[in-house]
Amino acid sequence: MADTTGTATPDTAMDHGEDGVRRRDFINIAAVSAAGVGGASVLIPLISQMAPSQDVLAESSTEVDVSAIEPGQAIKAIFRKQPLFVKRLTDEEIEAANAVAVDSLRDAQSLNDRTLEGHRDILVTMGVCTHLGCVPLGAAEGEVKGEYGGYFCPCHGSHYDTAGRIRKGPAPTNLEVPEYAFTSETVIQVG
Amino acid sequence: MIRIGGFLIGIGFTVVVLWSFAVGAYNFATEEKVGAAEYEFHKKPKDVSFEHDGAFGKWDTAQLQRGYQVYKEVCAACHSLKFVAFRDLADLGYNEDEVKALAAEWTVPGIDQDTGEAITRPGTPVDYFPSPYPNDIAAAAGNNNAIPPDLSLMTKARANGTAYVYSLLTGYGEPSEELKAKYPDFSTPPGLSFNEYFPNLNLAMAQPIVIDDQVTYADGTAATVDQMSKDVSAFLAWTAEPTLIERKQSGWPVLGFLLFATILAFFAKKQIWSAAKPKKAE
Amino acid sequence: MSFPWAREYQPTNGLMKFFDEKLPLPRLVYNAVGAGYPVPRNLSYFWNFGVLAGFFLMVQIVTGVVLAMHYAANSEVAFFQVEHIMRDVNWGWLMRYAHANGAHFFFIVVYFHIFRGLFYSSYKAPREMIWLLGVVIFLLMMATAFMGYVLPWGQMSFWGAKVITGLFGAIPLVGEPLQVWLVGGYAPDNAALNRFFSLHFLLPFVILGVVILHVWALHIPGSSNPTGVEVKKESDTLPFHPYYTAKDGFGLGVALILYLGLVFFLPNILGHPDNYIEANPLATPAHILPEWYFFPFYAILRAFTVDFILSAKLWGVLAMFASILVWFFLPWLDKSPVRSGHYRPMFRKFFWFGLIPCMVVLFICGGAPAEEPYVMLSQIATAYYFLHFLVFLPLISSIEKPEPLPYSITEAVLGTDEDAKLPASDAAKA
Repeated sequence: MADTTGTATPDTAMDHGEDGVRRRDFINIAAVSAAGVGGASVLIPLISQMAPSQDVLAESSTEVDVSAIEPGQAIKAIFRKQPLFVKRLTDEEIEAANAVAVDSLRDAQSLNDRTLEGHRDILVTMGVCTHLGCVPLGAAEGEVKGEYGGYFCPCHGSHYDTAGRIRKGPAPTNLEVPEYAFTSETVIQVG
Repeated sequence: MIRIGGFLIGIGFTVVVLWSFAVGAYNFATEEKVGAAEYEFHKKPKDVSFEHDGAFGKWDTAQLQRGYQVYKEVCAACHSLKFVAFRDLADLGYNEDEVKALAAEWTVPGIDQDTGEAITRPGTPVDYFPSPYPNDIAAAAGNNNAIPPDLSLMTKARANGTAYVYSLLTGYGEPSEELKAKYPDFSTPPGLSFNEYFPNLNLAMAQPIVIDDQVTYADGTAATVDQMSKDVSAFLAWTAEPTLIERKQSGWPVLGFLLFATILAFFAKKQIWSAAKPKKAE
Repeated sequence: MSFPWAREYQPTNGLMKFFDEKLPLPRLVYNAVGAGYPVPRNLSYFWNFGVLAGFFLMVQIVTGVVLAMHYAANSEVAFFQVEHIMRDVNWGWLMRYAHANGAHFFFIVVYFHIFRGLFYSSYKAPREMIWLLGVVIFLLMMATAFMGYVLPWGQMSFWGAKVITGLFGAIPLVGEPLQVWLVGGYAPDNAALNRFFSLHFLLPFVILGVVILHVWALHIPGSSNPTGVEVKKESDTLPFHPYYTAKDGFGLGVALILYLGLVFFLPNILGHPDNYIEANPLATPAHILPEWYFFPFYAILRAFTVDFILSAKLWGVLAMFASILVWFFLPWLDKSPVRSGHYRPMFRKFFWFGLIPCMVVLFICGGAPAEEPYVMLSQIATAYYFLHFLVFLPLISSIEKPEPLPYSITEAVLGTDEDAKLPASDAAKA
């Protein structure tokens, strides 16, 4: 915000007289600093108004019923206005995921790191490619699943495996697993 | 040229407006003055005070919770609260689980996730208070053509609104003897209720809070008509401006700092100008 | 421009020197509001309001841009979006109240600024252009404020839009199609709301542009002063910085205390409760009023109640526009060679006992219901308003005997000026 005192520099006020220079210095510096502090504190509301508003924050948890998902199928839900993939893995997919040496991966994570105890067949990931944010294919019936049978991002050709881990292509990390928990045997709450 | 033109235009406007004045004054002097009951007997809201009044006010959360109960059990039958979400109830001192439970007590419109059909479902914290009527036409049809207004902003939408709501709720009665004597023709049309705090004295809303103990307060407060009216008025003051207390509380440090900075600025100004002033001749 | 004794900008370091050679912005600021601008030394606090007006323009632009990030100009959701800002956006309530009350304070300080210009005849030569640009700014402000008031889409927003655009319907022949064209429909709705939002966003920047011209024009003759005697020599002036930056800084502090006091503790006191009711095209509020800063013009509009050759409605519209347009001609209506009201006994009487009460009455009547005695009072005040500017002011300036002026600003401030004793030709050299 425009602040006329902000342009004042105390030393230019010193043109007249030699006596009392110290005291003058002090009061002018204090006044200009106060204006500076005031101007700076205006930035607090101006900046924080762009952060998510209360209604957006309130929507930040999503419940998904996983009972109807057949092995090998996935559903898309919406979490924080972004796609969320919930997939029930087949035994073969679990095996394939566990067969890979974790150390050889770009983003070293095992399937167990990415699923919950007792529900190892439920894979919950964000449907957001970690490269530049496109939605990968592979969740819906008939979509290309990529070279590793998981997800494939068509934007820049990132291939994810059955555990949603990056295997080939430009994406730097695995598909993000959001924080979630089972509220009952069949329902997960994300966020 | 400008001055001659201006002179003529000035005289022109003056003549026309004074002609209006003359006609108006003649009519004012000759016409019979017809008084109206609503001008004379409409009362200003009662004096009533709340915990949240004043520059240092705070919400009385117990009162707001009682007021919420009155809204839910009495007002909500006809009045919506569409700008308020259940999550906002946390301000009333409820914790997250309580807010969830309160929200679930309401039925809100939803969509069947399998068939896509319109259904109703229990509310969740992110939902807004549901409207009792599907649309304005239904609201008008159900209420003798008077649409019950949304209450979210009611206390800001009336002058001295919180006191107004309280006065209106406790202001039902019969026309005074004085009114009847002065305006014998005055009568409240069927379907309306006499209320001297309503601008035209005849209110479409029948008395909503009628008897003591119409609701049963959980905190043991005696639910008199006056108490319930006061509680729901306080609740509506909160719905109209949930940030009221935050606003007042952030105002003090700001003003305090400004006062300090302005005093500094005053002395800095004095200091600087002292270099210019002493030259003044004796 | 400026006076020969104005200080010259001296870059203090290499960076400033670089700028001064390639893009002399520091020099511009130095000469505009820095030590390089000599200002009469006798300015009173009435001269603070120009800087304050500029400050509030910036407040409005900053808060307005922020609000526009959260608002949606659609008649279905506009009212809800404003409540969204009030309830959910971080500090949204502060932004909105700062914007609404910022508009009130912008007008308050501009009215003081105009009042000062009228009393000290700041419109007279050589400052006509400053005044003309000022009137343009005021007209733009009125348009901007009106359109901004429509955006929350409350009852007063809607009915204000309807009534004000209805004024154009009074114009003979083209009126009705013009009105429909203005709102893009038969009544204000989405089309009107969207164009008002667009223009409400645009116009403040136009105002800012005209303000720059206004300040530019000011720096050619330099500031006026309470004696109305032009600056003659260096001892008549002080550099703007630090003297007037310090004074303006203090004035700004006082203004901010009042402004933020209102924002934090009484944010709705200058607004109208009806605007917290969502727009309803089927029900007009009992008393529709514009915002308080339009009251005098609204009173003039309503003062014409009887047809007289033209329809009363058209007279009202003409008079309302004329009441502001007349300001454009002030520099040529008032021919008195003396500027300051302090040295003009007759002008002073008409000003304090004529114009000021007249404006007070117009302010009160504009906000009162259209009933007696307010209508009759506003009619008398309207008549006086036009007589004052178009008849009395020119007459006063030809018959009045001004009081003796001080020789110079130096004399007015210090009591004596040695140059005053010299013959006129030597004094000019001094």
